[in-house]
Order: sequence, then C-alpha cells, then structure tokens
Amino acid sequence: MSKKSTATPDELGSSLHGKASHAEAAVNSSLSKDQKIGLYRLMVRIRRFEERSLRAYQAKKIGGFLHLYIGQEAVAVGCCSLMGKDDHVITAYRDHGHAIAVGMELNPLMAELYGKATGCSKGKGGSMHFFDPSRNYWGGHGIVGGQVPLGTGLAYALKYKGLKGACMTFMGDGAVNQGAVHEAYNLAALWDLPVVFVIENNGYSMGTSQARSSAGDLARRADAYHMDWGVCDGHDLYEVRANMVRYLDRAREKCKPSVVEIRTYRYRGHSVADPDNTYRAKGEVEEYRRTKDPIQVFQDLLLAEKVLDAAQVEKIDAEARAEADLSAEFAEASPYPSIDDVQKDVYWEADNPGERTSGGRLFFN
Amino acid sequence: MPVLQYREAIRQALAEELTRDPNVVVLGEEVAQFHGAYKVTEGLLAKFGPKRIVDTPISEAGFIGMGVGASMLGIRPVIELMFWSFYSVAFDQILNNAANVRYMSGGQIHCPIVIRGPANGGTNVGATHSHTPENVLANHPGIKVVVPATPYDAKGLLKSAIRDNDPVMYLENTMLYGDKGEVPEEEYLVPLGKADIKREGKDLTIVSYGRAMVQSLAAANVLQQEHNLSVEVVDLRSIRPLDMDTVLASVRKTHRVLVVEEQKPFCGVGAQLAYMIQSEAFDELDAPIARLSTVDAPSIYSPPVEEEQLPNPQRIIKAAIAAMAS
Repeated sequence: MSKKSTATPDELGSSLHGKASHAEAAVNSSLSKDQKIGLYRLMVRIRRFEERSLRAYQAKKIGGFLHLYIGQEAVAVGCCSLMGKDDHVITAYRDHGHAIAVGMELNPLMAELYGKATGCSKGKGGSMHFFDPSRNYWGGHGIVGGQVPLGTGLAYALKYKGLKGACMTFMGDGAVNQGAVHEAYNLAALWDLPVVFVIENNGYSMGTSQARSSAGDLARRADAYHMDWGVCDGHDLYEVRANMVRYLDRAREKCKPSVVEIRTYRYRGHSVADPDNTYRAKGEVEEYRRTKDPIQVFQDLLLAEKVLDAAQVEKIDAEARAEADLSAEFAEASPYPSIDDVQKDVYWEADNPGERTSGGRLFFN
Repeated sequence: MPVLQYREAIRQALAEELTRDPNVVVLGEEVAQFHGAYKVTEGLLAKFGPKRIVDTPISEAGFIGMGVGASMLGIRPVIELMFWSFYSVAFDQILNNAANVRYMSGGQIHCPIVIRGPANGGTNVGATHSHTPENVLANHPGIKVVVPATPYDAKGLLKSAIRDNDPVMYLENTMLYGDKGEVPEEEYLVPLGKADIKREGKDLTIVSYGRAMVQSLAAANVLQQEHNLSVEVVDLRSIRPLDMDTVLASVRKTHRVLVVEEQKPFCGVGAQLAYMIQSEAFDELDAPIARLSTVDAPSIYSPPVEEEQLPNPQRIIKAAIAAMAS
C-alpha cells in the first residue's frame, strides 16, 4: 500500500486485488523455487510447533501463559526472511513465530516451554522469553510495549557503530497506547535511528477490540513524529515482504525510522487461558481462516506458480508434524534445571568468577 | 595530592572512561549543552563532541530503555537521571528489562549500563524529588547499587561501574556535589562491594553510606570530644554487592551497632543490615542493634523541618548515646 495511507477498509480492499503485483515485486520474483518452499515450510513448522505446544499445555506439561501466533505466521516469516547480517529483531510475548522465523531450532524452544534445562533460556524464561542473540533475536518480552525502547536502543547501537543494519521492533496493536512506545517513536525520529516499528495488528489488545481501545489509525500516529509509515495485509507473505523491504532499506541506507502496521489475525485467544467467548464471534475466526489463512494463501500461490505440488504439500506438513512431535519428546526427556541453577545467569560477574572485580555478597540467602 | 569537588571527581571519571573506551556514551537531560543540571558533565561536550555526550528529551522510559537495548549490543551507556526520583517513570525499563534480561535469556545477554544521578533529600524540593531508592533497586537481583560519599570514592566507584558488565545504579547526592577531598592524579579504581572504615573506634560501630555517613563522621567527632565515645564508622559504599565481612569485623570489635541511613525505615537497607548482623554475629552483640532513619513520612518541604526529618549530626549523636545506654 502507498505511504501515508489513511488505512480505510477500501484501501485495504484494494491491496487485496494487487496480489499479483506483490508476487512480481523484485524482492519476491527474485526468490528461487527452493527459497519459496523454504518460506512456506517455515510457516508450516511454526503452525505445527504451536499446535503441538497447545496439546502439551492442555496436558499440563507447560505452565504459565501460552500466547499462540497461529494465524499470524506470514508476518514473522515475511519480515524475518528479509534480514541481513546486521539486521535485528525484538518482539513482545507472542514470540514463538519470530524465534522459528530467525532460525531457532524447535527442540530448545519446546524444552523452554516445558521449563527444562535444555530450553533456549535454560527454563528460566518460558514462552514469553525466547532469545537467540547469535541470530540477532533479542526476545521475547513480557510487558506490553516494554520492548519498544529496547529495539530503539539496538538501532541506536547499530548507528553508533556505523553498521548498515536495521532493527525490526515488533509490537501488538495494544502496545501503541503505551507511553514507552511514544517515547521510543520520538527518540527514533529525533535521532534518525534505523528502526522499523512493526505493529502486528490482530484486531484485539487482549480481549478488547481496536475500536474499543485505540483512537484513530494506529500507524498514522507516526505522522506526528514525521516518520514514514504504511499499512499492509499480513496474510499474504508476498505482500508483507514487498512492503517491509522498502522500510528496511530506508532504515539501512538512510537511517530513517518508520512505522508499519501489518493487519493480521489470531485464531486462538490472547493466551490459551483466554476462553475467547466474550469479545468476538466464532464466525469471525472461521471467516478469516477460510479466506485468508496465511499458510493456505501462500500454498495456493505456490501451487498456482507450480513451485509446489500436492505431494510436496503433504510431505512438508508430515515432516513439520513429526519435527514438532520430536521436539515434544526431546522436551519430555530433558531434565529440569536444578535448584542450584536458580542463582545462575543473574549477574555476569557471578557467572564469570575468574573475571570478577567486585567484592562482597551478590546474593542474600 | 589534588583536591577535587565530588562533582569534579565524577566528571574526571567520566572523562577518563570516555577516553579509554570508545563505546562509552553519556546520555541524559541537559548533560551536553547545559553542562548538566548540577554541572557534573560541564565541559564534556566540548571535549568529546555530540556523539559521545548526548542531550535527551525529558523521556526517562524512552532513553533509559534505549540505553538498555544499546548495552545489549555492546555500547556502554552512562545515563544521567537529573534526579533519581525520576526513575519511577522508567521503572519497567530498569527493573524489568535491565535487571531481568540476562536471567530470562538464560545468561545469553548482559547489560553494561550505568544509571547515575542524585538521590537525596535536604534541598526542600518536596516528596516527589527526594526519593532514596537504593533499597528498591537492591531488591532486584541482577542490579548492582553503589552510593559514594567522598570525591575519592565517587571517582573510583564510577570507573569500576562503567567497566562492570552488569547494570550498575550509581546514587549521588546534591548536598555532596561541592564537598572537597583528595583525589590522586594517577589512575585508580574502587571496586564495588568493598566497604571502607572511614574512622576507627572501639565503643560503637556506625554502619552508614552516602551523606548519612558524612554526617556520622561529624557526629563521631563530637561524640569523641564531648562524650568520650570512640566510634568506628563503616562506609558501605556499595549496597549490592554488600561487604558484610567488613561490617561483621567491626561488630566483633565494638559489640554495639548503630545503622544510620537516609532511608525511610520500612524495608530499608538498615532493616536488611540489622537482620544480617543479628543472624551472623548474635553472640558478639552487647545490645540490640540501633537504627536511625529518615522520619517515616513523605519528604516534607518546610526547610527547617526537613533537616529534622533526615538524619543529621544531632540526631545521630542522640541515637549513639541511646545505643550505648541500652
């Protein structure tokens, strides 16, 4: 969609008719057949991983909250597929999709959900706190909007070091009303930081619809900070990539921040604990799933392009289910952290006693 | 040895670390063009330029959170809070993000950030500007907290804090900025977590830190001269990590303890200290542990009354005499 869109339903509709043009955008037409299949496979792996984690949660293998990304897969996969070596990602607590999209393996992710020592955060973070700095993935943060200043800081560091990278700072539509988000917008625009603020608008901040929680258009608030902004649909992976590449390039090349609102939808409740029967109609979920499911949409595109055939679709799905099952077996068989592990990974100095320079007690029991 | 003001000692530490490490950046409200609200950063902009000395908008959650994020990628931000009291609007960034991100990532990340600024009462600025949050900060594992009382300690502790790989909260005091003291010309560091005996004595141990420690020294002189009491003053300097060995050694020597703190008493640093002293040196004590804190109410504006609300030499003398009589 064009920049400075007013993001009316009409314009959103018009973007749907532009599907072919998104596929033809250079960033998409240059993809090899294998790359396209790779992106499709990533979305399927995210879906099957989360469905498997839901079963584990229902079997009480997983504690706390479980915020599922099902329905939103094309956003994380589309955005993260554009990452170069100096591009970074940070997001909120609905973080499984981004973790898999940046390349994290399923075993440590499932083990983290199970609270096991083999988890990606050694069982110390849980569902909301997946991290992998080696893949430029900075979490996984629990407080709505709290990660947005951090992402701005990652961008600040990139600029300070003279690196041509960008930080994609994801947030949900509920986060846009947090003060920290606006403070980060101001700093990013004031100092020309290479950050792309990505609002994953799934229509509901927890159980409150956008209409009942946010005044005006979400991305348009960027106007007040003289930031570039845009809106696009998030169920078409090609569309996500065709839009995001412009904002990422602008951040990398010109050190200019922007706000991109990607309209998406979640099939499950805010978290699995949300009974999801008070604030939206079941038919709404069904309608989206039937017409805009991101995996189905991309599968249809790739089938039409003859990149995929039915047998391959079946194989990819079977492999993803098997991989998710194996990750659950891995998690099940893994040990829990020990009580001694509780006080590790608190202070860098305590974890590196040979390099400790301070004296005194760091812990008090 | 050169004599420097407390603020000049902090400035020297900043300048030396800015020179030593190109990843050190000073950010805060009015730290550059204005030279700092309390002139701590005076002259640094001219010397290091706007990339290293950065004026921020009044936006503590924004720029502190930004500093935390930048530190995760290897920048070493030294962030000035005009008043530590303003930490409350950045609480989530400091005590959720900086404190927890190492833990939640299973040790994959560390945050080498320093947040510094004054945290004290006594300047008649009312309750919102007079917070002393060292107890609140130290209640969060992952965070380190230091409170320097002298120019020598201020410089040495800040240099250590900037080199530290964990987030360090550095609490200054506007009432001490003009205090003078000897600061060596050659480079030195004061390690975190090392208390210092600022005055030796045999009858009573006063455990204190920050301006309350300076006032305790003044009180100790009067107690010696007018009451023939020999008071040992232990300056904690660092709240977390905490040097209990030095505290306990002094308790074993004097057998009586008075904790003096510019803190509201409930769940204050003194409460933790008293618990640890009785737990680890119960048999060494000849009397209950005494404690002098700020009078338990929001900070009053009225200038002469605020002086009485805070610890001051007269209140300390009275508390010390009572501690000896118990």
